[in-house]
Amino acid sequence: MTAAARPAPAVLRAFRRPVGALAGAWLLLVIAAAIFAPLLSPYEYDIQTLKEAYQPPSAAHWLGTDEFGRDLLTRLMYGARTSLSVSAIAILISVLCGMTLGAAAGYFGGRFDRLVTVVVDLTWSFPEILIALILVAIIGPGTTGVLVAISVAYLAQFTRLTRAQIMTLKGETFIEAARSLGAGSGHILFRHLLPNALAPVLVSAMLATGDAIILEATLGFFGLGAQPPTPSWGSMMSAGSALLFKSPGIILFPGLAVAITVIAINLFGDALIAALDIRSRMRPPQ
Amino acid sequence: MLAYAIRRSLMLVPVFLAVSVIIFLILHFIPGDPIDNLLKVGSSPTARAEIEARYGLDKPLPVQYLIWLGNVLTGDLGTAIVARRPVIDLIGQALPHSLALGGLALAFSSIVGITLGVIAALNRDRWPDRAIMGGVLVGSTMPSFWLGLMMMLAFSVWLGWFPVSGARGWSSLVLPVLTIGLGGTALVTRITRVSMIEVAQKDFVTLLHAKGLSPLRIQLRHVLRHALIPVVTILALRIGWILGGAVTVEVVFARPGLGTLLIKALAQHDYPVVQASLLMLAMAVMIGTLLGDLLQAAMDPRVRAALA
Repeated sequence: MTAAARPAPAVLRAFRRPVGALAGAWLLLVIAAAIFAPLLSPYEYDIQTLKEAYQPPSAAHWLGTDEFGRDLLTRLMYGARTSLSVSAIAILISVLCGMTLGAAAGYFGGRFDRLVTVVVDLTWSFPEILIALILVAIIGPGTTGVLVAISVAYLAQFTRLTRAQIMTLKGETFIEAARSLGAGSGHILFRHLLPNALAPVLVSAMLATGDAIILEATLGFFGLGAQPPTPSWGSMMSAGSALLFKSPGIILFPGLAVAITVIAINLFGDALIAALDIRSRMRPPQ
Repeated sequence: MLAYAIRRSLMLVPVFLAVSVIIFLILHFIPGDPIDNLLKVGSSPTARAEIEARYGLDKPLPVQYLIWLGNVLTGDLGTAIVARRPVIDLIGQALPHSLALGGLALAFSSIVGITLGVIAALNRDRWPDRAIMGGVLVGSTMPSFWLGLMMMLAFSVWLGWFPVSGARGWSSLVLPVLTIGLGGTALVTRITRVSMIEVAQKDFVTLLHAKGLSPLRIQLRHVLRHALIPVVTILALRIGWILGGAVTVEVVFARPGLGTLLIKALAQHDYPVVQASLLMLAMAVMIGTLLGDLLQAAMDPRVRAALA
């Protein structure tokens, strides 16, 4: 494993680029706001004070208040908890399952590989939002449904990417060397193939987390995500869409939070790709 | 080429069957029974059995599937349980709206995306490239429903240029097309740019430069032609995504289309309508993939030769 492929120092190197540092700083800020929301805000996310409803941004309420008089910035911070954790956990599940499937298919080949490829190609051609909508319809609205829906929607992507990486690496001389030294399948797979396939998969997982945040917001917008009073960026916009003309801030700020966070994830991912020097390996497998 | 086209089209048959089984089965796992919506509270079990028999819900699943598939193939998509009308009518009403929206959005993303991609590639790593790629990144990271609502606020409410929602006339199409199109533009721009830069490094381009042709002429007449091959493939694959994006945007702009039909039917547990609209979307995806492959073969002599 070359030094360039080691992820941890690469994160630090990504921070050394100005764009990477800016994007990384925003992501750290959002994550910190999500974790420390109860300490940072004097307000509760679910206590309604109707006489303070529909306030514009002020010193007391930096982003104003919603239709129930709840502080928008506070709800945005608590919403980050739901949106970020649901998206990240869903992608983590997706990556773990996708890597297992893709590695097994790529390494062992044969009938299993063909079956995986057919199923993956089939789901690959379907828009994620449709897969997610169907699954949420089956499981029911709420955080669990969204979690499963996002994991399944991105499964094809990681299976495909891992399989492609394993297929390329399998033919390399160092694998042949390991095998001629008597290494077993398990050793080759876990000590040689997977560690080398890790960097592109992890970076694409990070980029997919950005897409997942948008998908979570879309499902939330349809009223299928976190149920009230728990805020998520999507469910906040769902409530805000009916009040678009009366109080645009209720939908404007959660949308901006989604957009800026996803932009930051993309820019930081780009900086990571540059730091890891894996641009050529990130091409979506055709 | 014709043989390839026929062979490639035949490959759709197993895919169609697989997709139809999934669509058929998935909906039987959905909790919530449409019959509950039809029965009056306190109805007798016989009334229930009668309705189940009328919709064929009492037969074993494989039989239900074969009956359903046979009907679908003969153009009978069943009767909508809630709307109590033939599903084919509902689809027939929705489809033109979705096709108009999707087609225009696809045209928008191709024209704008290819133009921006070419400009970015010609100015690689200079400010026009950075500005375009930055703008494209921003455009692709906004949730489409949010972008739609913000444009509605800006252009319909504040400026009053377009109707807020609905499907009356051409002006009501502008904002939905822009909303979907902007998302697609990002991908097309990126692929055009990368593809142009890659082709420009090929040997034949060096030769053209050596012949003394003007650089702009080389880029537009020779490089672009080669660079467009992956772009066209991606655009065709994108048809499914555009219809997927249309689902959200149709709901936002309250347009009668497949997306609105699907979302409403999902909420009402109206199986036949959900199945039919999913099948339509799936078929659009499959036709898109087919078109992409055929266009690629038609444009790229190497692919054509390999297939002959």
